Amino acid sequence: MTDPSTGSPITALTMPKWGLVMSEGKIVAWKKREGESVAAGEEILEIETTKITNVVETPQSGTLRRIVAPEGATLPVGALLAVIAQRSASDPEIDAFVAGFKAPEVAEEGAAAAEAGPRAIEAGGRRLSYFELGQGAGTPLLFLHGFGADLNSWMFLQPALAEGRRAIALDLPGHGGSSKEVGAGDAASLAEAAEGALEALGIESVHLVGHSLGGAVAVLVARRRPDKVRSLNLIASAGLGPEINAAFIDGFIRASRRREAQEALSLLVHDPALLSRRMVEDVLRYKRLDGVSAALEKIAAEWFPNGVQRVGIAEVAANLPMPVQIIWGREDRIIPVSHAERLASRLPVHILEGVGHLPHMEKAQEVAALLKAFIAA
Amino acid sequence: MPEKSIRQAINEALAQEMRRDPRVVVIGEDVAGGAATEGERDCAGGVLGVTKGLFAEFGDARVIDTPITESAIMGAAAGAAATGLRPVAELMFCDFLGVCFDQIFNQAAKFRYMFGGKARTPLVIRTMIGAGRGSAAQHSQSLYHIFTSVPGLKCVVPSNAYDAKGLLIEAIRDDDPVVFCEHKLMYDLKCEVPDEPYRIPFGEAAVVREGEDVSIVALSRMVHYSLEAAETLAREGIECEIIDPRTTSPLDEEGILESVEHTGRLVIVDEATPRCGLAVDIAALVADKAFAALKAPPKRVTAPFTPVPFAPSLEKLYIPSPERIAGAVREVVRYRR
Repeated sequence: MTDPSTGSPITALTMPKWGLVMSEGKIVAWKKREGESVAAGEEILEIETTKITNVVETPQSGTLRRIVAPEGATLPVGALLAVIAQRSASDPEIDAFVAGFKAPEVAEEGAAAAEAGPRAIEAGGRRLSYFELGQGAGTPLLFLHGFGADLNSWMFLQPALAEGRRAIALDLPGHGGSSKEVGAGDAASLAEAAEGALEALGIESVHLVGHSLGGAVAVLVARRRPDKVRSLNLIASAGLGPEINAAFIDGFIRASRRREAQEALSLLVHDPALLSRRMVEDVLRYKRLDGVSAALEKIAAEWFPNGVQRVGIAEVAANLPMPVQIIWGREDRIIPVSHAERLASRLPVHILEGVGHLPHMEKAQEVAALLKAFIAA
Repeated sequence: MPEKSIRQAINEALAQEMRRDPRVVVIGEDVAGGAATEGERDCAGGVLGVTKGLFAEFGDARVIDTPITESAIMGAAAGAAATGLRPVAELMFCDFLGVCFDQIFNQAAKFRYMFGGKARTPLVIRTMIGAGRGSAAQHSQSLYHIFTSVPGLKCVVPSNAYDAKGLLIEAIRDDDPVVFCEHKLMYDLKCEVPDEPYRIPFGEAAVVREGEDVSIVALSRMVHYSLEAAETLAREGIECEIIDPRTTSPLDEEGILESVEHTGRLVIVDEATPRCGLAVDIAALVADKAFAALKAPPKRVTAPFTPVPFAPSLEKLYIPSPERIAGAVREVVRYRR
């Protein structure tokens, strides 16, 4: 809608849909007040999700004319949260806009896919679960999550990167909805599984985005298939140095109760207050499944024996033929930021301040922008 | 993820454990049910169809119909457990406890202790609790507090299908006798339940709803009534935290205390009678260990100290209602020293 007097737009800020299962969100805090000027891309409010609290960016420069959703309110995806317009728009015009607002039918691209949920493929005699968004001629993108996580790790990034391309998040063996049988569970077996997934999904050419353990898997896939992998984005990746927080790995594997899981997960982020109770509950629900403990123990024993990373592929990563970018949180308490700093003279490295081991959740917008720019280049 | 009812969740847990472990057997009155029908391999599967399909898959050596003699069912199951099977015995209504309590509390519950730790008794007793079905005084009680009071027994009181499946699998794999209490009005209640087997540890309360003002501790059907009350109260500006202990023995004392320390107020909702029950137990726990955190006396919402009436109008009054729960919460919030 436009403001009739000036022709400048009146913009609705609505509840975003992040990831597979989000149907509603809770307003944690507004970072701007009514009447304040806002610039496009500026952080305007915080919303609590099933994982962590995330920020919403201003869609349009102007003035925050009306806050419709109060702090503490829980509202469905698509609900009107605020109105942004120029100062020249009159209050009655804003009133009319709010009164006339109808939440759009959820017909956006990807809604049908989200409705359908994750699907499964057979790769290497094993069931692998994946979630796909987007279509188009762009080179597809494959997300590989970290130890103990699943395809929902990418809930904030996946929609942002699915414009004009297939963006696929995979559950590695032993994780999420994939088979809990992990074979050897070592680096080679997980890389084989990821490569098998590319095959089964009919992907000839791909951008890989890997977090933590999934980063090391991405490097290994790129080494095996330089013909297929067009670029690599490594977020707080494993395999780039020997140190890893053994207390986290052990604590995560052992945790069977809420307080234990909370304690382990707190190490993942810079600000533990951002973790939702639902995220802790989801981790426990995953860990309670038969076979998960054995799978995680096996992978940990192969990858991180005696609290040290066995897979060392920093040289491989630095010498890959395709472009490689590294993203890390300054306050990472799982894998130290020094692993990224050591490669800064050889690869593009972005270190995000005030961020822990989950940059793709703690600073999703920033990471999405870095990925988009790198892939476009 | 697929939605399943509590009935389906329990059935799936039994079937998956029976496939996994040949020592798991089901025994009770009508657990097969109507097996004599000619040309028919499947049976009714209990009075409410919870064990349906098990007879067809596992046969009469593992799904065992018994005469109407609870003492024999519990005695046979306790002995079978002590000698190597993992029986899931059904006590159709918990009210029938009276005729088989010796086998449960004097035998099964005591084996491990009295045989110096050398005997294991991996026995599960599934039993129905709860009023509201017009089943009158002898088929409507919620007697989990009696099981809870016996050292050597564990007691599970699930409120939803996800918990029911995970807790029943945990119960079957547990080496001690576990009483598993199913509310007879909740079998059709659905939620998301994974297809795979999984286990929920005993003694871990669930935080069903988060809130700042009052902690409500509730079990079984009362969790849902408390949620209804909390929605009403939220519109009045009162935010309730709802804690579902899930198991009454072991009891997650730490989880309850943590919540009360956070809110400073406590309402306990229990469908059982008020004397010597869970509500008293939890109120005493909080008075003992979180007294300094309390801004008001803990309030109990329970059934009255009477048998369950048959008259529908009286039965409705007997069961704690969302309105009574909301009233108790308002009283606790309004309290001033």
